[in-house]
Amino acid sequence: MSAVQAASLPAVSTPPKRRFRVRPSRIVINVVLAAVAIFWLVPAIGIAIISLRPESAFEQSGWWTVLTAPAQLTFSNYKTLFSAGFQAGGVLDSLTTSLAITIPVTILVTVISSLTAYSLVFGRWRGRTVVFLLIVAMLVLPLQMALIPVASLYNFIGDTTGLKIFGTVIGVIIFHVAFGLPFGIFLMRNFYTGIPHDLLEAGRIDGAGEWTLFRKVVMPLGLPAAASLAIFQFIWVWNDLLVALVFLANNTHETLTLFLYGQTRFLSSNYWIISTGAMISIVVPLIVFFAFQRYFVRGVLAGAVK
Amino acid sequence: MSVADPTAEAMPLAPKQDVVPTIGTPVGGGGWKSHLGSLLFLLPGAVWLLIIVVYPFVATIVRSLFDGSGTRFIALGNYKAIFSTTDTIVSLKNNVVWVVVFPFLVTFFGLVFAVLTERIRWGTAFKTIVFMPLVFSATAAGLTWASIFFNDPHTGVINAAVQGVANAVNPPGLYPVDTSAGESVGALAATGVQSGSAGTLVSKSTVTAGGTIELGLTGISPTVLQQNHAAPAKEPTSSNGAITGLVWRDFSPSHPTDRGQVFPDEDGIAGLHVALLGSDGTAGATTTTAADGSFSFAGVGSGTYRVQITANNFQAGFNGIFFLGTQSLTPTSSLNPTLQAIFSLPIVDIAMIIAYLWIWAGFAMVVIGAGLASLNREVIEAAQIDGASEWQTLRRVTVPMLRPVLVVVFVTMIINVLKIFDIILNMATPSSQSGASTIALEIYNNFASTGGQGIAAAFAVILFVLVVPAMLMNLKRIRG
Repeated sequence: MSAVQAASLPAVSTPPKRRFRVRPSRIVINVVLAAVAIFWLVPAIGIAIISLRPESAFEQSGWWTVLTAPAQLTFSNYKTLFSAGFQAGGVLDSLTTSLAITIPVTILVTVISSLTAYSLVFGRWRGRTVVFLLIVAMLVLPLQMALIPVASLYNFIGDTTGLKIFGTVIGVIIFHVAFGLPFGIFLMRNFYTGIPHDLLEAGRIDGAGEWTLFRKVVMPLGLPAAASLAIFQFIWVWNDLLVALVFLANNTHETLTLFLYGQTRFLSSNYWIISTGAMISIVVPLIVFFAFQRYFVRGVLAGAVK
Repeated sequence: MSVADPTAEAMPLAPKQDVVPTIGTPVGGGGWKSHLGSLLFLLPGAVWLLIIVVYPFVATIVRSLFDGSGTRFIALGNYKAIFSTTDTIVSLKNNVVWVVVFPFLVTFFGLVFAVLTERIRWGTAFKTIVFMPLVFSATAAGLTWASIFFNDPHTGVINAAVQGVANAVNPPGLYPVDTSAGESVGALAATGVQSGSAGTLVSKSTVTAGGTIELGLTGISPTVLQQNHAAPAKEPTSSNGAITGLVWRDFSPSHPTDRGQVFPDEDGIAGLHVALLGSDGTAGATTTTAADGSFSFAGVGSGTYRVQITANNFQAGFNGIFFLGTQSLTPTSSLNPTLQAIFSLPIVDIAMIIAYLWIWAGFAMVVIGAGLASLNREVIEAAQIDGASEWQTLRRVTVPMLRPVLVVVFVTMIINVLKIFDIILNMATPSSQSGASTIALEIYNNFASTGGQGIAAAFAVILFVLVVPAMLMNLKRIRG
């Protein structure tokens, strides 16, 4: 009953299709679903068009006027935002800050989860069941339960050692990794339980150490699950607002979500920045999604409790 | 979470094994070294979780029993404050709305989409479209939907659509007066005219056949006059058996303080609907003013009349529904503040629920679709062969078989909306934030404000208590 087993890929694989007799209801279904699809596309199209219209056009007319006057489309908003370069508070700086958080978190969560899961599945110490159940309990634990003490801890470390963690990318990464681990361990463990122990025993008899067994046997076999976890974690952290809001407070560098949130105070006058920034923030997870759709959907299916 | 194992055969490397974690312990070999090795592997994860998850968990519970400064023990004081302050009750209420409405809707739509996509040829395309918003941040999605719901029909597409319908049903006048914005029709009266009944203007003096009358208005902007193609006003000339008159903008830029006189630089008011009122007050003939503001009622009988400028001239246009505000959809204005906090249903909740459905329906669809794909088709086909209609099959066979998956989606969504945060921060307008607030938002706001940490901790504990049932459910399922 592993999570990864559960993750077939409905969006990509073709489930066995039933053949239905053609009947009028088929037309109705097609029409209804077409309407739903349009409803789902409108907001995305709207924000894309707003970002492609001149700054001044926003308050004057609706984005849908593009249908009759396509000439108004321009990349000027993007040029303006990019022309600021990488200076702090700009969109490119936010993009790199988001990457500087997301990439380390993804790597750390995937690696540490794999190690922990290995220990839980192939280790022979007592209490593995209890530890695993504790981790399952942590799956739905709201991260709000940790904000205040962790902030105090960061400040305490800063005061005593001069090591600044609160308000830095490091603090955000540490927090994200901690709250990514329960799901990561859960997912990897469920996958590893499917690996026959005989494979490891053969290695052990040949004198391979745990590290070798992990590197040469378990990790390669667990790659699909690790990929799912990594993709899922990447998008999860990329889209986070709360943790960045708390632990990156007063930092000159913002994540993309913080950058967008910062503009909401001037919603309509700055909507050209918001729409353009939103498009930029969407592009990265969208690329990841389309490149690794299969793995992402697996992660989502496995993450149904998060 | 294993999604109730919908497609257990999907993974290549999946010898069906028992879930119980202890089972499968290898036999023989290794000695104490392998213990040490695998314990070392446990170390980074364990340390990380202990410091950043387990210790803070305990510390937050303790912290919730202390006051804002964290020095004075106040037992359950923070909890009492939460349940007795109107603002925080509002946030609890909003969480209840989310929990009651959202998981049901998202599961319902997920089921409908999952079932229906199996019947169309472009199912994959449909799934991709509906699933895609899941990779967007709630921040970007919330801001996107804010633009869809903007209350200005010039910028918000939904209000533009509503405006189209509203103006077709109830067309606005040429000279709209927005009473909701504090404007009044009576304020337009300048010369020889006063407010009449029900948003009309009526001439002060009476007039008989062959007479003329002049009605001066003010407070109409030159732009509006231009839009209605106004021409310079002309003094009316009397005409036998008819009542002739003029409605003009009684404001001359060259004589800004002179009222009542028609100057060459004053414009008539074009396109106004005017009516004759008999001495008993009943409306008679109607006509419309020309570009120069002149009008004429021909063939007027004996008797005295007043001239009325009808209300439809001033009918305000549709200004947009304030979807992102906190006006209540339930009538609560007569209640006391506490009951109001409990029973009001801010409209922005609905707008945000729609936006959040847009994000999460794809998730439900894919999870339920995976469950659907793994169902035993023979049972369904047997039901159909036995003559069950499609609806009956769905209702009596498919849905009951899908129950475990539906429960997973439902519970997942409950946990999700218990923690709902980003969408509110980004979608509700700043002035609506407190009315749309939720537990997670209160936690953040109190956390960020000085002296609010005790309340924030108590709120966090409440949030934790609310997810405990889901936690127990998971544990139960894992243990089998």
